[in-house]
Amino acid sequence: MPDLLLELLSEEIPARMQAQAAEDLRRLVTQRMAEAGLSHEGARVFVTPRRLTLSVHGIPARQPDRREERKGPKVDAPAPAIAGFLRAAGLRSIAEAKVRPDKKGDFYVAVIEKKGRPAIEVIAEILRDVVRGFPWPKSMRWGDGTLSWVRPLHSILATFGPETEEPEIVSFAVDGIAAGNETRGHRFMAPAAFTVRRFDDYVAKLDAAKVMLDPARRAQTILADARNLAFAQGCELVEDAWLLSEVTGLVEWPVVLMGCFDPAFLSIPNEVIRATIRNNQKCFVLRDPETGKLVNKFVVVANEEASDGGRAIIAGNERVIRARLADAKFFYESDLKLRLEDRLPRFEHIIFHERLGTQAERVARIVALAGRIAPLVGADPAKTERAARLCKADLLTEVVGEFPELQGLMGRYYAEAQGEDASVARAIEDHYKPRGPEDPVPREPVSVAVALADKIDTLVGFWIAGETPTGSKDPYALRRAALGVIRLILENALPISLRAVAEWHAEHAMRVKGPETARALDGLMAFFEDRLAVQLREQKARHDLVDSVLSNASLVAGHQLLLIVRRVEALGRFLDGDDGKNLLAGFKRATSIIRIEERKDKRAYAGEPDAALYRLPEERALAAAIDAAKHEASAAVASDDFAGAMRAMAKLRPEVDAFFDKVTVNVDDARLRENRLKLLNQIREATRVVADFSRIEG
Amino acid sequence: MNPLDPARSFQGLILALQRYWAEWGCVILQPYDMEVGAGTFHPATTLRALGPRPWNAAYVQPSRRPKDGRYGENPNRLQHYYQFQVILKPSPPDIQDLYLNSLVAIGIDPKIHDIRFVEDDWESPTLGAWGLGWECWCDGMEVSQFTYFQQVAGFECAPVSGELTYGLERLAMYVQGVDRVFDLNFNGRDDDKKVTYGDVFLQAEQEYSRHNFEFADTAMLFEQFKMAEAACRRYLDLGWSADRKRHLMALPAYDQCIKASHIFNLLDARGVISVTERQSYILRVRELAKACGEAWLATEGGGATC
Repeated sequence: MPDLLLELLSEEIPARMQAQAAEDLRRLVTQRMAEAGLSHEGARVFVTPRRLTLSVHGIPARQPDRREERKGPKVDAPAPAIAGFLRAAGLRSIAEAKVRPDKKGDFYVAVIEKKGRPAIEVIAEILRDVVRGFPWPKSMRWGDGTLSWVRPLHSILATFGPETEEPEIVSFAVDGIAAGNETRGHRFMAPAAFTVRRFDDYVAKLDAAKVMLDPARRAQTILADARNLAFAQGCELVEDAWLLSEVTGLVEWPVVLMGCFDPAFLSIPNEVIRATIRNNQKCFVLRDPETGKLVNKFVVVANEEASDGGRAIIAGNERVIRARLADAKFFYESDLKLRLEDRLPRFEHIIFHERLGTQAERVARIVALAGRIAPLVGADPAKTERAARLCKADLLTEVVGEFPELQGLMGRYYAEAQGEDASVARAIEDHYKPRGPEDPVPREPVSVAVALADKIDTLVGFWIAGETPTGSKDPYALRRAALGVIRLILENALPISLRAVAEWHAEHAMRVKGPETARALDGLMAFFEDRLAVQLREQKARHDLVDSVLSNASLVAGHQLLLIVRRVEALGRFLDGDDGKNLLAGFKRATSIIRIEERKDKRAYAGEPDAALYRLPEERALAAAIDAAKHEASAAVASDDFAGAMRAMAKLRPEVDAFFDKVTVNVDDARLRENRLKLLNQIREATRVVADFSRIEG
Repeated sequence: MNPLDPARSFQGLILALQRYWAEWGCVILQPYDMEVGAGTFHPATTLRALGPRPWNAAYVQPSRRPKDGRYGENPNRLQHYYQFQVILKPSPPDIQDLYLNSLVAIGIDPKIHDIRFVEDDWESPTLGAWGLGWECWCDGMEVSQFTYFQQVAGFECAPVSGELTYGLERLAMYVQGVDRVFDLNFNGRDDDKKVTYGDVFLQAEQEYSRHNFEFADTAMLFEQFKMAEAACRRYLDLGWSADRKRHLMALPAYDQCIKASHIFNLLDARGVISVTERQSYILRVRELAKACGEAWLATEGGGATC
């Protein structure tokens, strides 16, 4: 069976777009082939800075013949409808259509036989369309052409044929670029054109022309060579997945070289050195395996085997890195000259958000809230307020201006350098955490208080300002902030009512109050509930249990996050056991009976049953059991003992079972029937103390 | 020793680039005689990038960035520096090779230097322009900007121009192996006739930094901004033919747009423009640039045929 080889050779594709582009190419071509009835045995895709390559093998040489039926109008349809059908189906007269009976009468059906075409023709059309409509995140035109591509497209190589024969060129052209069987090697080391037959000789010839096609192989080569170079120098490569993928996307023929810089620069914090060398120069740093500290060396990945062995490349990179580090050192040292608190007045001139005031106002709010939260989390209030006051000050430093990702960390270094308490310095770094679902949550009380205050201020502020996330748009990363709050509370087991804290913040720090504020906070609490549900689902909690608990004890109503989660856990354990399963079954049976009867009678069976109307011992026993269970469960819930509440519920089970065994609900005596329905309803009411069982599935 | 060796003298580097692009077929222009923030502002780029007519030009353009001044104390930062600008319209298919060969012409051999094209999208909010391309790295140093213009003055570019901008001081520092810009050898002499970049420009850097940051008359500048803006609008209005099909004063109007842009940069350096105002000033200049672009398209140079 024939194979397809496609290569799109262009000017340099941005590294960050390469992997997605390769995947898109594979998906789009194979999808379209499948739609055209062309199967394949396997497809592989490769990408370098200059080429996207797709290899599909085991494709049939022809499309299968296809038979399509198109349903038309009824046989007695008006003439225009029939004429339209003939046109659409490509029939010359209605005699060519078949008549088929249907439930509603006889219909015309056109049977269209489609002869399969040679696969190479179909593929030519597919490739042309895919290239024309390729989903680059950003594309451009060039010269006087009209094609839009990520950067100018230079040539297309497309061959098709079985392994045993000379493959054919897939004949198509896009914007004047005709597909052929030629490509080129490395831009500098082997720029000449050469012809290619199929994937095997293509890869081998590219390799000889100094192009390593497979990005995985380039990445491996870079990593292995860098590790070896480091090892030979007695140090260790600081591995970096982002950087590795970036440099893999910048070279076709990786050559790993090592350079060094003046050890005097090691007086700058390691993170600043690394950020300088990695972000600006896309080079790796190295560390001493003993101490874990950086050494004065770096690894650069060049794109060629230089004729001088890389001497000029190393010397050039060393010069640039020296200049960069000199800048960084200058920034760091001048930052140290001004105390963090002395930077704060500048915040008065920086707008945080037009409806939320200046950065200075924001910091004041965080200080107030952190002070309020401190006693709730066992933090020293004075230290907490100090940390909150200084937590954003490093945003005004030169180093953070240059490397925003070092915010917090630099604040800690500067705080330590100016002699702040260790817990204050730590909180300045940690108040941004957790930055994502994998990032660890701060544990130290001062850090926890400031981290919560920062995030809650942001969330309350944006909700009051009406800037809430919609769909995929969340420019202020409010989802992440909410998840951060949830994790801080749960992982530190903090008995805090988010609603109460948010209300306090709105009233005392933001100075807003009233029904509009209450509505905004309702919205925020509902948002927290959504995030909590997502979070718990990711931890494999059943979403129906989360719903059932939230509908009875919500954040909106001021319930504690921690207790809600404990309730879900207790409920989950309860329902895993036989008592829980049976009680749930009883509950479902009771509610389904009530629901049917309520619908039939068009009325609700709420309210207390009348004890005087109990006729059977099972009725009385159930009533008594419900009373007892309700009482006991309420008491347990009041003392946050959810397992106890579940145990109390479980005691209902024999009486519920016995009731369904012995008592007929739908009796002729209307009063008796009503009373029994009301009694059943009491089961629903009793369980509601713990959760809304009607939301539990199964 | 050849004092005009591009690896030994700043002016030799400029001459080598001029010769290279002249031989290829560019017209070699002289710097535009107005203060601009980048070579792109030269009408030979901004306006000529618009419309259907082919255009190939190269020139040195002094670039003024009032905010980047450091009183001559920083080894790399200048408030006045030179860009070498090439514009090729339509961008030829071998433009990358042309660029690489120009590096060879100034002594950068890609056989021993690591030349890389690293993604860099260009946007000029004041010119209402954007394009895609790269920063060109030589051994880890950015030495040029390479852009395919997609839009200028709010108009789609068709054909597309390829724009190359060489940072001349950086390049010269690289080829001369110098770490401080003021130490560059300007004229390539090693005898008593040697002139350094510092000899030519250090005093200017000190004086202009003082002016830009401390003494530029802001009240006057605010007034000048308004005047330039009004003049631009007025020349645009007066330049249109009765049927609004032809424009007769696109270039003088555009001069005023350039002027407004530079005055805005000065005000910005003086720190008298707040964050929100900043946006509105940028927008005002952009509106001028767009109107000038529209006028240019109604001139002969802009391809108007009626």
